[in-house]
Amino acid sequence: MEPKSFIDVLRRFGMAFILLAMIIALSFMNPRFFTISNFLTIMRQVAINGALAAGMTMVILTGGIDLSVGGTVALAGCFAAGALHATGNSWLAVLVALGVGLIIGSVNGFFVSYTKLPPFIVTLATLALARGFTLVYTEGRPLLVDAPLFDMIGGGFVAGIPVPVLIVAMVYIVVGFVLNQTKFGRLVYAIGGNEQACRLSGINVERNKMLVYMWCGFLAGLSSVILTSRLLSAQPTAGTGYELDAIAAVILGGTSLSGGEGGVRGTLVGAFIIGVLANGLNLLNVSPFYQDVAKGAVILAAVLMDKAFHSTADSR
Amino acid sequence: MGDTKDAPLLAMQGISKSFPGVKALDRVDFQLWPGEVHALVGENGAGKSTLIKILAGVYSMDSGQTLIDGKPVDISSPRQASKYGISVVHQEFTLVPQMTVAENIMLSDMPSRPGLRLLVDKKAMVSGARDILDDLGVDISVSSPVRSLTVAEQQIVEVAKALSRKTRILVMDEPTAALSNVEVERLFKVIQTLVSKGMAVVYISHKLDEVFRISDRLTVLRDGRVISSSPISRLTRNEVVKQMVGRELTGMYDKPEVSIGRPVLEARDLLLDPIGQGISFKVHEGEVLGIAGLMGAGQIKLARALFGIERVYGGEVILRGKPMRISSPAKAVETGIGLVTENRKEEGLVQLLSVSKNITLTVLDAVSHMGVLSSRAEADIVSDKIRDLDIKTPSPKQIVRNLSGGNQQKVVLAKWLAVDPDVMIMCEPTRGIDVGAKAEIYRLIGEMARNGKAVLLISSEIPEIVGMSDKVVVMHSGRVVGELTGAGCTQEAVLRLATGGSAVGA
Repeated sequence: MEPKSFIDVLRRFGMAFILLAMIIALSFMNPRFFTISNFLTIMRQVAINGALAAGMTMVILTGGIDLSVGGTVALAGCFAAGALHATGNSWLAVLVALGVGLIIGSVNGFFVSYTKLPPFIVTLATLALARGFTLVYTEGRPLLVDAPLFDMIGGGFVAGIPVPVLIVAMVYIVVGFVLNQTKFGRLVYAIGGNEQACRLSGINVERNKMLVYMWCGFLAGLSSVILTSRLLSAQPTAGTGYELDAIAAVILGGTSLSGGEGGVRGTLVGAFIIGVLANGLNLLNVSPFYQDVAKGAVILAAVLMDKAFHSTADSR
Repeated sequence: MGDTKDAPLLAMQGISKSFPGVKALDRVDFQLWPGEVHALVGENGAGKSTLIKILAGVYSMDSGQTLIDGKPVDISSPRQASKYGISVVHQEFTLVPQMTVAENIMLSDMPSRPGLRLLVDKKAMVSGARDILDDLGVDISVSSPVRSLTVAEQQIVEVAKALSRKTRILVMDEPTAALSNVEVERLFKVIQTLVSKGMAVVYISHKLDEVFRISDRLTVLRDGRVISSSPISRLTRNEVVKQMVGRELTGMYDKPEVSIGRPVLEARDLLLDPIGQGISFKVHEGEVLGIAGLMGAGQIKLARALFGIERVYGGEVILRGKPMRISSPAKAVETGIGLVTENRKEEGLVQLLSVSKNITLTVLDAVSHMGVLSSRAEADIVSDKIRDLDIKTPSPKQIVRNLSGGNQQKVVLAKWLAVDPDVMIMCEPTRGIDVGAKAEIYRLIGEMARNGKAVLLISSEIPEIVGMSDKVVVMHSGRVVGELTGAGCTQEAVLRLATGGSAVGA
């Protein structure tokens, strides 16, 4: 094995250091930051983007992209609310949300795998379709969600931990296991690294790519359940711009946009960087207008720093 | 023609160049006179492309010097080469497909509007491009996008592009590899027009019949040395073939004696082209069947067709007596066929993954249970293969990209040996690897034969084909032109067939 040097550590944990530095700096800048209740708030906020970013990681690992997740969140939420109104069965509503996610993911996967259209174009189209169907279905009005199950998911605690946080922790454990310990996970990396080599090794590349988009859609459906439960309503404009936050978390987490390299652990760090930043800026009373500016600058700076770590490590 | 002048247009003297482990060029002299077509021939790895890359400023030489018009020059970059009037038309085109013919031709030197340096003078560009094409005597519309042209027309646009830069020395690397006979004629006319205007052309080709038609002088390279350099009128094809092959077979190819068993794979009138000729052959247990041919003769296409990547237009593939439709690589693997691709980087390996993960890529089902990988099963297979194939890697976890070419190739082989297919198709298995690794690959081929596998060895390196194969099928322009066995299977015979000659005659 290679010797562990300081550079190796930086290379592997560069983004974690950046996150740590942000936490330390914010703790000094605002006493309310470093409190348990604030950390729970951050985790609750990170949960939604976190679930999306886990699916996005899988897609990006194969060298693809999924721009449709924000639209999926909105459509899944509104259909779930509709199902709840129609049947009063909140478990069914949850299943509807997850099902909508799976269906959109399957559509993405089908077109990307079997028609060889670029993922960027396919998912841009399904994003528009999902947003469009949401507006048609809701006629632009929010739908209230009033059921104990959603109350519990949005506001409940188990052993002192908010339910959304538990759900997302589960997501990361499962996705981490799938990526690292299963045949499918291995293929996700291999396809992203060299699709043609996989095909010529007798692997059914198309089926596995399709599955990846289905995972991503399913997790978008799950995000939608969390979001709807937190708001106790389904908003037709929900999830606007969420795809970009998810992609940002993946990239901050060190997953290569060209595929084959990275993982879900880094993505979690990336999602926390974005979440901590937003929370910190709120606490510091930075105008919301400036928050996006800060987010953009931090993403650029963090990725630049990470690249610098990498090139020092590579040039040894 | 230019022999009356006192100094050649180009003189490369005593050029030597080494790469780690290989002496690519050893005191090579090369002269070029204005108005001549000078052919440069030799087997793969003889040093042709190294010499051209030095001339083009891509590589620097270790020793020697280059003179142009009798004056020493220092060509240290492609830019400088172009300043001295040297242009190379590579086998792979450097055209921008979406841009028009005129834009492509004038790309390196776009005419600008008088007084407005940033604006392109489109009229001047079009007329400049048209002038060049007219000079070449060809009729190609300058306003059509390059991607709408045939390969031959693109080739001519490449030449025209070189001419837009005041070229005096034009190097053409395998210019006819992708051209039909009619198109070759057209290109030859262009070449004749160029030399009649005093330009000098270096013509690199494997196709000796063409070389003998177009060139005035011919230089044979072998193992980095010049074997001969003389006017074409004093040479015969057979002499040139002998000079190219030269060396005797060494002990590298010690294929074990294996008794040949039942037929495993048979192709019957396999059509790779809707209008082509059917290809037929049979390969048995324990047999190494060589498929020889120059680059692009159809042998790679054949391999890919057998593996379900390339379309088949007719004929049958029979595996162990049963007709088989191989529609995808997955199907091929399932039916017991393995394919070592010609380019391990693009198609053979996942460069970012470890040695271990590359080896088990073909056998993930065997090393997993209900979809969950067993790291122990994986480690077992991997350590077996690393030992059997003597893969030199610090650890199974090493990223494959960091291995040498020879060891990477062994990882590709390991990946297939892990599947243990009945038929192993190997395309250029020793391309770009050093002699030691080559010998080991040959040993592994021998071992596969001994284990009763059928091996299809596809290579453009004729010594290797002749040395390793029990039987050699030779292809030329997409057709099987001969089958050689036993004493009749010599390098000369293979090369003669592969370059378009007939089997008979010495």
